[in-house]
Amino acid sequence: MSASQPTAEAHTALAAQWRPPPLIASPVLRWSLILGGLAWLVAALVFMEINWARAAEGWARGVRFMAAFLPPDFISKSDDIAEGLLESVTMTVVSTVLGLALSVPVAVGAARNLAPRPIYLACRSILVVSRTFQEVLVAILFVAMFGFGPLAGTLTLAFATVGFVGKLLAEDIEATDPAQLEAMRATGGSWLQALTWGILPQVKPRLLGLSLYRVDINFRESAVLGIVGAGGIGATLNTSLDRYEFDTAAAILLLIILIVMACEYASGVIRKAAL
Amino acid sequence: MPSLPSSGVEASIWRRRSVKGDLLAWGAWLVVVLATMLSFRTISDATIWDFVWDAPTQGADLLARAVPPRWEYAGVLWKPLWDTVNMASLGTLVAMALGVPVAVLAARNTTPSVTLVRPLALLVIVASRSINSLIWALLLVVIIGPGPLAGTIAIALRSVGFVGKLLYEAIEEIDRAQVEATEATGASPAQVLAWSIAPQVAPTIAGIGVFRWDINIREATVLGLVGAGGIGLQLEASVATLAWPQVSVILLLILATVIVSEWVSAQVRRAIT
Repeated sequence: MSASQPTAEAHTALAAQWRPPPLIASPVLRWSLILGGLAWLVAALVFMEINWARAAEGWARGVRFMAAFLPPDFISKSDDIAEGLLESVTMTVVSTVLGLALSVPVAVGAARNLAPRPIYLACRSILVVSRTFQEVLVAILFVAMFGFGPLAGTLTLAFATVGFVGKLLAEDIEATDPAQLEAMRATGGSWLQALTWGILPQVKPRLLGLSLYRVDINFRESAVLGIVGAGGIGATLNTSLDRYEFDTAAAILLLIILIVMACEYASGVIRKAAL
Repeated sequence: MPSLPSSGVEASIWRRRSVKGDLLAWGAWLVVVLATMLSFRTISDATIWDFVWDAPTQGADLLARAVPPRWEYAGVLWKPLWDTVNMASLGTLVAMALGVPVAVLAARNTTPSVTLVRPLALLVIVASRSINSLIWALLLVVIIGPGPLAGTIAIALRSVGFVGKLLYEAIEEIDRAQVEATEATGASPAQVLAWSIAPQVAPTIAGIGVFRWDINIREATVLGLVGAGGIGLQLEASVATLAWPQVSVILLLILATVIVSEWVSAQVRRAIT
């Protein structure tokens, strides 16, 4: 038996020793991350003030809330629910259309390959501000400015749409094939013509997908803006929870889930039909 | 002229779409415009337009009151900010712990039963995703009482669906060859999961986790509005008492936190991909 031919036992021993390579290659970085993470976890759990007595009391309420789902009460507050839902849906439609109309020019301005530097920076900063603040924070300010009601909520959602669609669309515009733009310019097309025939066809599928996705998000968000007085189904939900009317709250939650699922299904159908 | 098409003049008039396609496209535009106008009328009816026309003055007034920020107020904000970051981070951790098994149960190629378990897992994902974390917080504050625990659980419940959806789609797209190779050695399903599926999706899991953490920091800043702990509580109090110089401090602090978290998230995602 030669030295270069290990025995079967040695083979299995070697195989048993093998370990997959770790996700983070550097051992120093890996261990400092692990230890730092553990230290943070302990600190976070120690400093978090939890009222366990109150939490334990919650079990009974939790059970009552779950029981309210069978059956949920669609009837006794049906007027309020219908009004809230209608408001949410109208807010969704207007804010998505308005947001898209505004986000296309911002996206063009925020695309490095189309806009001159000052415009690029201005549009990028609009996108950053819009994406940083949670919708509800913006809604608080808009309610203070425009007064209570669905208009404040609609403007909030339109503003958030600009940040979301604008950023992703700008990235897509930057990734387009420059040859088509070049070709349009070579035929003597104006800047606007180059945009509609050189860039738009390339980003159209993405634009459609983003718009449909944003309809979804805007509806979900419109359901919370009512909490700060910006209109929509959230106000109805908030009231029903404040009054411990769990069966009405359950009905509203089920309706929200159903509408979101319907939106997702519809956007799948539209995407397939249009592309 | 052999190079011209034989059908003559008609073929030379270029059209983007067929007649039917044109009608469909115009019909779609008509529906969108009609829906927008009708919706706007409903909103307009519920709006007091005098307040809206007054908005520029109100906005300028707000800004004038908010500047200069009351910097000494920041001293009170460190604990709520720490709570906010902790709610987001612990919530993300819990969501990962719950979301990974849900994703395994939901992915077509790893679920124990396509007809029984998969629809249930998908239902969990849809229900979690449809309901905003602020609504979860609203429910949880009523059920388990105000405080950061409610906020943490709210963040976790909202994020399970997000993690589950992105991860199960990633699991469905893995390379079959590795799975087959592991199966060929006689490995059990659990061993296949550990040795051929987990290594393929590990970077995705880390990426999804960091991405969601970044989103959760933003979401956690408002949970205090409904009593679920964090900096939103101070914001609510400051807005309610019209203490605009404090509101501007809070907003600037949130801006800084969000920028840092976005930077961390971008760095980590760049490192693993």
